Amino acid sequence: MDLSLADEQKQLQDAAERFVRDKYAFENRRKIAATEKGFLPENWAQMAELGWLGMSFSEADGGYGGGAIETMIVMEQFGKGLVLEPFLPTVVLGGGMIAAAGSAAQKQALLAPMIEGKKQFAFAWLERQSRYNLADVSLKAEKSGSGYTLSGHKGVVYNAASADDIIVLARTAGGAREENGLTLFVVDGKAKGLTRRDYPTQDALRASELTFDKVSVGADTVLGSVDGAHPVVEDAVDRAIVALCAEATGCMDAINAATLEYIKTRKQFGVPIGKFQVLQHRMVDCFTNAQEARSMTLMATLKIDDKDAVVRRKAASGAKVQIGKSGKFCGQSAVQMHGGMGVTDELSVSHYFKRLTMIDLMFGNQQHHLTRYSNLAMAA
Amino acid sequence: MDLAFTPEELKFAEEVRAFVKANLPADVCDKVKNGKHLGRDDYMRWQQALGKKGWLVYTWPKKYGGPGFTPAERYIFENICAEEYAPGIIPFGTKMVGPVIYTFGSDEQKQKYLPAIRESTVWWCQGYSEPGSGSDLASLRTRAEKNGDHYIVNGSKTWNTMGHWADWIFCLVRTDPKAKSQEGISFLLIDMKTPGITVKPIIMMDGGHEVNEVFFDNVKVPVANLVGKENEGWTCAKFLLANERLGIAAVPQSKRGVEALKEIARAETDNGKPLIANQGFAEKIADLEIQVTALEFTELRVLSQMAHGGQPGPEVSGLKIRGSEIQQRITELTLEAVGEYSAPYLPGLLWQGTNEAPVGPDYAHLAAPRYFNTRKTTIYGGSNEIQKGIISKMVLGL
Amino acid sequence: MDLVLKPAHREFAEEVRAFTRANLSPATREKTFSGKHYGRDDHVVWQQALGKKGWLPYTWPKKYGGPGFDVTQRFLFENVLAEEGAPRIIPFGVKMVGPVIYTFGNDEQKERFLPGIRSSEVQWCQGYSEPGAGSDLANLRTRAIRDGGHYIVNGQKTWTSFAHWADWIFCLVRTSPDAKPQEGISFLLIDMKTPGITVRPIIMVDGAHHVNDVFFDNVKVPAANLIGKENEGWTCAKFLLANERLGIAEVPASKRGVRSLWQLNDDPSLKEKIADVDLQVQALEMSELRALSTMQLGGAPGPEASILKVRGSEIQQRIAELAMEAVGEYAAPYQPDMLFRDTNETPVGPDHAPPAAPRYFNMRKTTIYGGSTEIQKNIVSKAILGL
Repeated sequence: MDLSLADEQKQLQDAAERFVRDKYAFENRRKIAATEKGFLPENWAQMAELGWLGMSFSEADGGYGGGAIETMIVMEQFGKGLVLEPFLPTVVLGGGMIAAAGSAAQKQALLAPMIEGKKQFAFAWLERQSRYNLADVSLKAEKSGSGYTLSGHKGVVYNAASADDIIVLARTAGGAREENGLTLFVVDGKAKGLTRRDYPTQDALRASELTFDKVSVGADTVLGSVDGAHPVVEDAVDRAIVALCAEATGCMDAINAATLEYIKTRKQFGVPIGKFQVLQHRMVDCFTNAQEARSMTLMATLKIDDKDAVVRRKAASGAKVQIGKSGKFCGQSAVQMHGGMGVTDELSVSHYFKRLTMIDLMFGNQQHHLTRYSNLAMAA
Repeated sequence: MDLAFTPEELKFAEEVRAFVKANLPADVCDKVKNGKHLGRDDYMRWQQALGKKGWLVYTWPKKYGGPGFTPAERYIFENICAEEYAPGIIPFGTKMVGPVIYTFGSDEQKQKYLPAIRESTVWWCQGYSEPGSGSDLASLRTRAEKNGDHYIVNGSKTWNTMGHWADWIFCLVRTDPKAKSQEGISFLLIDMKTPGITVKPIIMMDGGHEVNEVFFDNVKVPVANLVGKENEGWTCAKFLLANERLGIAAVPQSKRGVEALKEIARAETDNGKPLIANQGFAEKIADLEIQVTALEFTELRVLSQMAHGGQPGPEVSGLKIRGSEIQQRITELTLEAVGEYSAPYLPGLLWQGTNEAPVGPDYAHLAAPRYFNTRKTTIYGGSNEIQKGIISKMVLGL
Repeated sequence: MDLVLKPAHREFAEEVRAFTRANLSPATREKTFSGKHYGRDDHVVWQQALGKKGWLPYTWPKKYGGPGFDVTQRFLFENVLAEEGAPRIIPFGVKMVGPVIYTFGNDEQKERFLPGIRSSEVQWCQGYSEPGAGSDLANLRTRAIRDGGHYIVNGQKTWTSFAHWADWIFCLVRTSPDAKPQEGISFLLIDMKTPGITVRPIIMVDGAHHVNDVFFDNVKVPAANLIGKENEGWTCAKFLLANERLGIAEVPASKRGVRSLWQLNDDPSLKEKIADVDLQVQALEMSELRALSTMQLGGAPGPEASILKVRGSEIQQRIAELAMEAVGEYAAPYQPDMLFRDTNETPVGPDHAPPAAPRYFNMRKTTIYGGSTEIQKNIVSKAILGL
């Protein structure tokens, strides 16, 4: 048992901190969010150069042999800066699923260029009715000739507009919400019959609605086994959840630091408002919440490679519950303690609050994961 | 003690409902129902219809042109308007400056200002908070210096709601800089068209524009626009704040909000079933509904005291605290119900009323902006921390 | 970074488990799992067994006769003991006065007092709070006036846990009434058999007798019993409070509590509440491990230990609350025989019913003692956040 970072990991942390400091001053971020893509290709290139896009993949897969701890380290700093580059959809989700389920040819064609920063991905799983059930998928992939034809709809697909390839979760067999019968396809972002409606999200990311109108794909686009995608997806999403938790701890540290600074300087009734005990105790509660979030993120990061699937799932759900709870508490408290300024667009605090809010809703909110955790705990 | 309405009250309820159905413009009703943002004209058309009927100033006594509703009638009126999706009445004229004028103003001022408030032909806004004085209102620094029969006003006001739509503003200004903080303040009415006034929008975290900063640069205001005595404006301010806290609980709106939330929970799916069938979520709604009921009965108790001649005391602060928390909780649960489909941010649809199709159902894109925006309710009108300070001091004697 | 145990640590855990199974009385173990109250012997017999093995002062360095556990061993030791149903080690000797003596005491005092603490031959209690000095400890008024080779002590201490079982008490007393509140205080060891000491029980909300008032009426205490310098007792007090906050999180006991909750989860509406507190315990444990890891690297437990105390106590309360919720209306019958005495009667309702409500009531103390939650938050606000 050892909870300290190794020297190389400390260097990674320093580098990520530096990146955020140099590129993501608040006004800079506002400019990046307003660009057409919603992120900066030059930042993406720099991430590739720094080795971040490949660090969590095995050397056999062309990566640098790191893992969940490295992902946690950079995601935490990304949270501090509200970084907009599509690391989560491309590297954690897309790259993660290709590494877990892809053939040697697919890894060569997809993972290698991704690590070099030359390919981006999006993961399309959600549908209107899905809520947080990863098996509630009705987009159909029907066998046609040697390949498949995809028809249906996918919603809130992050980074779809910039993705070279979209990894689509489709139903190849089975009825509604059956875990068996799901298959992953790697679909060219410019495939014929695929139309997009692009939009920004509440927290300044980019996402799209996708309509598949008889999109033809070859059999070689199947990622992993036909009908057997569910465990791959569940695992990838659990890893994405742990990465999101790390991002959220970064957001919480930043929003707490901003709030602490604010209540030390803002004066009312002739004193800094931080002299009022009611605000002091609320600030302490924020601090405690962020500490708990950090602890649970660390726990999940260290357990997400466990051999036992139940341990992995409980770890991811447990951390997501904490992040939902702590994120809401820190976010709402920060806005409240900033008073009127907290509800404007002008200060960073509302932007962190919005990101924390959307993180709770991604891949299952606090309630969903509490239910999932309790079901797993009762079954054990 | 009786919860049942009398036959007269029931008849009154029918009259209100018929009036709202006949006079609330269909497009306005539709916007409220779907949670869309309203324009100035949307409010004005409805308020002017109420004005014609004599009901706009429903809290005013008969003496000043109000309908003289009993507390029961007032309750019925507010609830039916909310149930029928009428927009909330903008409080700055009818609930704030109006009562100040008929309580502290001269006869001439009453004649000059009250009719337009009753009829909603003039839009008022409020000039209270300043960048350096939010919760600590008495520390305000906007100066009004007397120069013959005018005051020359210099300074800035902030968190000015809908000032960009307003014809007039009522302001707290400092007329005696040497007096103790609460003593040198006066209550002044200022025409927004007076030269030297600039309105600068503040953009909220949901991207909307509802509040402003208002700058005063040597603005010349006739001394006749002073309400009450010079340097005694704090009396008006306290009177107004107490009034503001009563309406701010927004119980009828919250009842409507809970119903809308249930509708959404019926429409959303969760594992192939309506979300409302999810026990965890259903319990959250139940908890919220019980909170609304508790608040409603607390407000009814206050109204009943007032009917017997009492004045709303500092305990109405409790209504504001719980009311604002409940409003926030409604938006929080609505966001939870909508889930990931609340992520798309569609400013055109949200602010410009464009015809683009929403992503997902109509209500989806409103959920997050509303949740974000409603964080303001525990801050404005005296933050909840300030309200608790008031209760602890005035009610509990701590 | 990893959570994996090294083979040596796994072996150590097995050794602790085997030792506990061999040396903990089955009757004591049974009381732990059924929620009954312990008697003095339950604690003392077990602590003396640990003492013989050399494990009782498990947080002490080797230099003073501790086993010199590393952070992982300490973690495992606490957890295995809790899992096996051992009563918690009464902290007044080994965790409180012991470290004060080896840090601030003279050689003679170390030789005189440490062996009895290590072996649990001598039971200690704590004389801190007074009727007028609760959260505001520095306000204490018990006087100790120097008279030749003695102090004459007069005054009253309250909330003194286990004073009725104790041989010795360590006290904060005022030796200079004219100094500023924190400056005129001294740290004094007093033999409970000294004439002039009276112990009066305080019965708690659940009917139990854990705490007492202790009255001092012209009690003659040798000046050799003063620890550190006269009027500098506040230094000892602060040192002790920081130590106290670390252990007070009671994570291993809470883990045991959560496990019992999962075992009585026949009510599906409870399961998410149990899951929630389960996760709170995990977060607290991870936070404590992070703090221990910092200590391992040479850091000291800082004021952030305060939040461990705050969260730990809230969690203990929540577990008791859920246990009562699980029992439902059968929590109502008050069955003191089931709590305080060995009896063969069958309880009204399920076996876990009798202690449920008393425990819930009793656990309210956890956010009050050892510095109330409000005081802890003040400490964090000042010392960490700089407010």
